[in-house]
Amino acid sequence: MFYITQTALELGFMYALVPMALFLSYRVLDIADLTTDGAFVLGAAVSVTMAASGHPVLGLLAAMAAGACAGFVTALWQTRLGVPSILAGIITNTGLYTVNLMAMGWTSNASLLKQATVFTRLRDMGVSRNWHELILAAGITILMGALLCAFLGTRLGLSIRATGDNRDMVRASSINPTFTISVGLCIANALTALSGAVVGQAQKSADINAGTGIVVIGLACLIIGETIVGRGSMLRGMVAVIVGSIVYRFIYAIVLYTKVVPIDCLKLVTALVVALAIAMPTLRQWVAFQQRKLAAREKGGT
Amino acid sequence: MLELRNISKTFNPGTVNEKKAIAGISLHLEKGDFVTIVGSNGAGKSTLFNAVAGSFYVDEGTILLAGEDITFQPEHRRSRVIGRLFQDPMRGTAPHMTIEENLALAYLRTAKNQHAFFSRTTRAEKQFFRDQLALLGMGLEDRLRQPVGLLSGGQRQALTLLMATMVPPKLLLLDEHTAALDPATAEKVLSLTRSIVSQHHITTMMVTHNMQNALDLGNRTLMMDDGSIVLDIRGAERQGLTVSDLLERFRSGAGKALDNDRILLS
Repeated sequence: MFYITQTALELGFMYALVPMALFLSYRVLDIADLTTDGAFVLGAAVSVTMAASGHPVLGLLAAMAAGACAGFVTALWQTRLGVPSILAGIITNTGLYTVNLMAMGWTSNASLLKQATVFTRLRDMGVSRNWHELILAAGITILMGALLCAFLGTRLGLSIRATGDNRDMVRASSINPTFTISVGLCIANALTALSGAVVGQAQKSADINAGTGIVVIGLACLIIGETIVGRGSMLRGMVAVIVGSIVYRFIYAIVLYTKVVPIDCLKLVTALVVALAIAMPTLRQWVAFQQRKLAAREKGGT
Repeated sequence: MLELRNISKTFNPGTVNEKKAIAGISLHLEKGDFVTIVGSNGAGKSTLFNAVAGSFYVDEGTILLAGEDITFQPEHRRSRVIGRLFQDPMRGTAPHMTIEENLALAYLRTAKNQHAFFSRTTRAEKQFFRDQLALLGMGLEDRLRQPVGLLSGGQRQALTLLMATMVPPKLLLLDEHTAALDPATAEKVLSLTRSIVSQHHITTMMVTHNMQNALDLGNRTLMMDDGSIVLDIRGAERQGLTVSDLLERFRSGAGKALDNDRILLS
């Protein structure tokens, strides 16, 4: 049980950067950014490849830079070239498959054997043996959350938030939406790639298919977190994504351990949960409408 | 201040829906002019504003603002010096952001904030926002940290007016900005408009369908029809003009009666 808790916390923190990225793109900017799956693998590929050649820390930074580039490409399609935003993400995502293979040296799976990772570096520095992974994962995620939260309070951050909130108003306030969307998507994908980078080094491998469905899982974490913590301020959002991610990993671990549903079905369950959660306002309206109709019929029928 | 030289705009050219929305308008506004604009349905009033604000680029002609050619300047660049209010109070503010954050965005127009991406709103600025809000007389100065979505339409429109004029723009475009408000609130927003505009001597264009307002406010009245300015009244001839005079003048200028189903004659 202790082992499950620790693993769930570790994975929860590592993967929390994905819902954090989605918080920025989906909640703040109001753009469904489907670059996420590819950007996650891109981060893992870059970081594992760099760690393999002996630069684990640089690998994390390079992964973020690569993710930002991917975000920029998606932003370019939708802001300058008129590609619908969802399609722009899918196109970049498809292209990234090749880029990711390239980053891993044209193999579909890259592994680290004896090479140092950021985690082994920390362990070798003498930080408590069993806790170093959790400490580093939590440290990176909380740091990024704090930075993002602070950033969203700056003038540029406010401009990005306004872009998602009321685009008419943004144009009338001397803000260039092309610029704010680009910056927002760059940061979001840098965070996603960082998540991939950390996970890649923790698992000592990068797989070309590791990102499949990560955007839906990220949304699930975001929704779970917002259900528990609530919505509102940016700080609350940051707490929500971390809590949501950890809770999701706990559910995952429990399913894995107790086998209440076959683990292979978890993606289907996740997809259903996300679809239902996003559909909830519409479903509520429909139910309310049916109740009204029923009430009206009973009244009129007698 | 503002000079339009023979600007035109045609929508959907070459199709059955082709519509010449602006047909060669030329106009010169002096600094401090407050122009009211009335006209029939589809006369091109809002299109004229969109052209000046840069929502689209004109097909022909030149637009100069304070001597600078802005014909091909994108909308977000123009909005540094052009303030704008729409009829819909929801369009001018970001509902999920606080009053303070909205004001901070409007304050981006100031030169020193233009490129200070990572700076935050200072205490002095917050105090300035509070003082400015107090001038609206709506008690908003005590609600700085509340999301704008909680405000009423009138409060939001007053806030938008403040946001558009806090850094005095070179040109203020008011597109029926009180039309969606109840009469009392509309009157309040209108009197705020009057005092802010006169205090900063802001060059202003205001579309209205309230004929009395068109004559009461400002120093010049334009009447538009079918993409053109058919009547331009100012100075002595505007003094003592009544609504029925105005309608009569329109009839003789446009060759037909004013046809606007939303017009308010009183």
